[in-house]
Amino acid sequence: MKNEIKETLNMDNFKEEILDLYPKKVGKKRGKSIVLSNPDDIPEIQANVRTVPGIITQRGCTYAGCKGVVLGPTRDIINITHGPIGCGYYSWLTRRNQTRPVSAEDPNFMTYCFSTDMHDSNIVFGGEDKLKQAIREAYELFHPKAIAIFSTCPVGLIGDDVHRVSRQMKEELPGVNIFGFSCEGYRGVSQSAGHHIANNGLFQNLIGRNDEIKGKYKFRVNVLGEYNIGGDAFAIDSLFDKCGIEIVSTMSGNSTIEKFENAHTADLSLVMCHRSINYVAEMLETSFGIPWTKANFIGAEATAKSLRKVGEYFGDQELIDRIEKVIEEEMIPVKEAVEKARTKTVGKTAMLFVGGSRAHHYQELFNELGIQILSAGYEFGHRDDYEGRRVIPTIQMDADSRNIQEITVSQDATRYHPRKTEEELEELKEKGMEFNNYEGMMADMQKGLLVIDDLSHYEMEKLIELYKPDIFCAGVKEKYVVQKMGIPLKQLHNYDSGGPYAAFEGAINFYKDIEMIACSTIFKQLKAPWEREDVVEAQYVFN
Amino acid sequence: MLLKHTTGLEIDRKALTINPAKTCQPVGAMYAALGIHGCLPHSHGSQGCCSYHRSALSRHFREPVMASTSSFSEGSSVFGGSANLLQSIETIFTVYKPEVIAVHTTCLSETIGDDLNQIISKSKEDGKVPDGKYVIYCNTPSYVGTHVTGYSNQVAALVKFFSTATPKKRNVINLVSGWMEPSDQREIKRLVSVLEARTLMFPDMTDVLDTPLTGTYKMYPDGGTTVNDLKLTGDSKFTLGLGQYCTEDTCIKLENKCKVKFEILDIPIGFKATDRFLMALSRHANVPIPDALTDERGRLLDLISDSSKYLYGKRVALFGDPDTLIPLTEFLVSMDMRPVYIVTGTPGKSFDERMTVILKDIPEAKFMSGEMADMFRLHQWIKQEGVDLLIGNTYGKYIARDENIPLIRYGFPIADRPGHNYFAKTGYAGAANLAVQIISAILDQKDRTCLEEKVEFQQ
Repeated sequence: MKNEIKETLNMDNFKEEILDLYPKKVGKKRGKSIVLSNPDDIPEIQANVRTVPGIITQRGCTYAGCKGVVLGPTRDIINITHGPIGCGYYSWLTRRNQTRPVSAEDPNFMTYCFSTDMHDSNIVFGGEDKLKQAIREAYELFHPKAIAIFSTCPVGLIGDDVHRVSRQMKEELPGVNIFGFSCEGYRGVSQSAGHHIANNGLFQNLIGRNDEIKGKYKFRVNVLGEYNIGGDAFAIDSLFDKCGIEIVSTMSGNSTIEKFENAHTADLSLVMCHRSINYVAEMLETSFGIPWTKANFIGAEATAKSLRKVGEYFGDQELIDRIEKVIEEEMIPVKEAVEKARTKTVGKTAMLFVGGSRAHHYQELFNELGIQILSAGYEFGHRDDYEGRRVIPTIQMDADSRNIQEITVSQDATRYHPRKTEEELEELKEKGMEFNNYEGMMADMQKGLLVIDDLSHYEMEKLIELYKPDIFCAGVKEKYVVQKMGIPLKQLHNYDSGGPYAAFEGAINFYKDIEMIACSTIFKQLKAPWEREDVVEAQYVFN
Repeated sequence: MLLKHTTGLEIDRKALTINPAKTCQPVGAMYAALGIHGCLPHSHGSQGCCSYHRSALSRHFREPVMASTSSFSEGSSVFGGSANLLQSIETIFTVYKPEVIAVHTTCLSETIGDDLNQIISKSKEDGKVPDGKYVIYCNTPSYVGTHVTGYSNQVAALVKFFSTATPKKRNVINLVSGWMEPSDQREIKRLVSVLEARTLMFPDMTDVLDTPLTGTYKMYPDGGTTVNDLKLTGDSKFTLGLGQYCTEDTCIKLENKCKVKFEILDIPIGFKATDRFLMALSRHANVPIPDALTDERGRLLDLISDSSKYLYGKRVALFGDPDTLIPLTEFLVSMDMRPVYIVTGTPGKSFDERMTVILKDIPEAKFMSGEMADMFRLHQWIKQEGVDLLIGNTYGKYIARDENIPLIRYGFPIADRPGHNYFAKTGYAGAANLAVQIISAILDQKDRTCLEEKVEFQQ
């Protein structure tokens, strides 16, 4: 079925067809970001490079990646945006990170927006005093356990030092953990730089500050790169609970300071969104001896596979049996739902251009529905997210990556202990488990599909015009453009207010939502009757 | 509770804005530029600004919102963004082919001090601007004013770059549109056609941000004020500015440049502001107000009077932009409601002056504008003494749920309900739409929460 559809489309000429229109230099550059997939011989793709100015891009900025994505979902930190009002405003409640305080007293500041609202006088004379005063006021009003400061573009230019202010205020307000992020919007080529900066900050200021072993189960994991959009983390939480596995820390969906501080007491890190959190996974490995493995809870098969990995890692027969039992039980309604949906979805086609992991993960769900992927790409991925981590040593560091702080961590003097011996790891690897590795999106894509990094608006229009997918997946900026063309767009950033889509429960939700899209009739009624048929002129009989 | 940390205890805040009732300049400039036909707004700064503004406008209108960015890197922040803008102009005219590129700045490019005039001149010298196409700009530093200021600056730039006075005057009234929905503009244009007046509206978002679903995407939709019409604004005989904060600067600049006299009106929200609009238009366009509109007005008053017992004395809290809040508050007062708390993050004296007059018979009313006039403060006031109704954008839903008060969605952004770009709130018909929403919200709340024996079939 898959190949039949593919054979009717020839995507080999896409590149040539679209590059002509660009100015020559731009076309040359874009050409390197467009490749045809080949799982047997994974091609090199250009990624994580600057967007050409003037190109209409999906990408955002470093601040968005740091404050918006990684630190935003933590409910008990007061996140103060240091800058003019806009940046704080646009990252206020716009990302659907759900959170569930455990009691009425459990703090939750995610519904609040805090900003120093810098004015021209702060730009001219410096904004540090205003920032300090803002921190004092936040403390007086709310008495939070932690306050984080996020720098916006002008902050870096005028030389405000958010780190110095944080240190000073920490002295002034003992007991409050105050730390800053130099995540000015211009620092990287996309949100990705902000993820990296956030990861460093998490490690330096939160992770590893509380050694107490908490929780009820002895099998202890972290779920990294899961932001609880639409309640995904809740679905994963409840699944793990059924299996008897403790999630020590989720980064950063539904997270709290306490959970971060405790993350180093886990024995395995499961990495969902590789792009946004792999730095933390690596640092937990280096510093505390916690191995990480790539996991994916998007798609029922992928969820089962990821769960089995956990069982295999801990090597406990009871756990393995329990996991199998849970999978068996969960798969019953999954199969029912997928069979129902497949009657409407098999043979449809889809394109995915989103994020730094979802364009890969969601292919699982579409495959389960029998929907052919035609094309995919990331908004802010790096080469390793496409080609696998094996290419990391060959990635050339450019000026934009160089100015993002790299922190070097070393083994923690007292708390480093490898969770598995070398021999045990080898044994697990022989059984097929992979550690500290990600194979990338292209390894999972069939031959000859278009992989495009940092898709431009123009390329999107062309893709749709040439290949007419049944469903296009992207974000809100693309949604209404694509739908005007009469093609439904499924948002994979915010799920169009749907979800959860993670775990078995989420897979069922996704099948239903895609079935709904496939069955939706509104796009078939766009022509008025008088546009559809020859208009018959009325004739009258007169005497 | 969604906003569980908010209490009625106010402290003397000087530095921390919490839950702002405003955003920054560039989104206003982007919105206004979309009201020019064939225009691509361009954000001269980091990618995030453009992405955030496009997302906010897309969520609000549920329509394509196209704009490009100079994609600043650290290098451009150090050496200036000139190369980025030159590259942008070339790329945009080659790939996206707009009639006009409307560049607006950001806090980043303003702090660096990029000279847009010089950069754009260079792009023309280099032959990067095709014949008959335009690159215009406005300065919208995010650390000055608010989104309202950005809107105003973009509209004023239209006069600076396009309005031209020729000896041939035209019997046309300019309507400078303040920040309103395309539906609101469409209603105003309908009133104009009923009056048979000749007007020229700019900017004009109708048929740009309320386009039909046809299966064909037009990057530059049919609507928007054309460049030709923008040039002609200099030959019009008079200008009416709708909304002081958004249009006064434009009106003054047009008078200075082309000697077109002007009058500033409120956006016609509610019957009093609509009365004033129609009378001004009638006077300046020299056309009578037809009976059909008198009847429309009468039908609105009939509707209000039929339900006046549910409106009388009801306490209302509002937040939003001054140009909307002023006539809206006046409308509420004219329906015998009591707007008791009003905040806008947009600074300016005339808001305070107008509110003082409008609220003169409501001594308990509190209003505040500018820095620290945020939704956190509004919520604190509500905590001190409750209200029956909240009017504002989607961010109000958190207060509404916590305090169990109905919310009427009005303003920007509205991300959780459709229809605001479809159904007008201007003119008599718009006022009726608004009044029905208010009455329904109050009665729905009563029907849901009153004692069972008080549930009435008829009310």
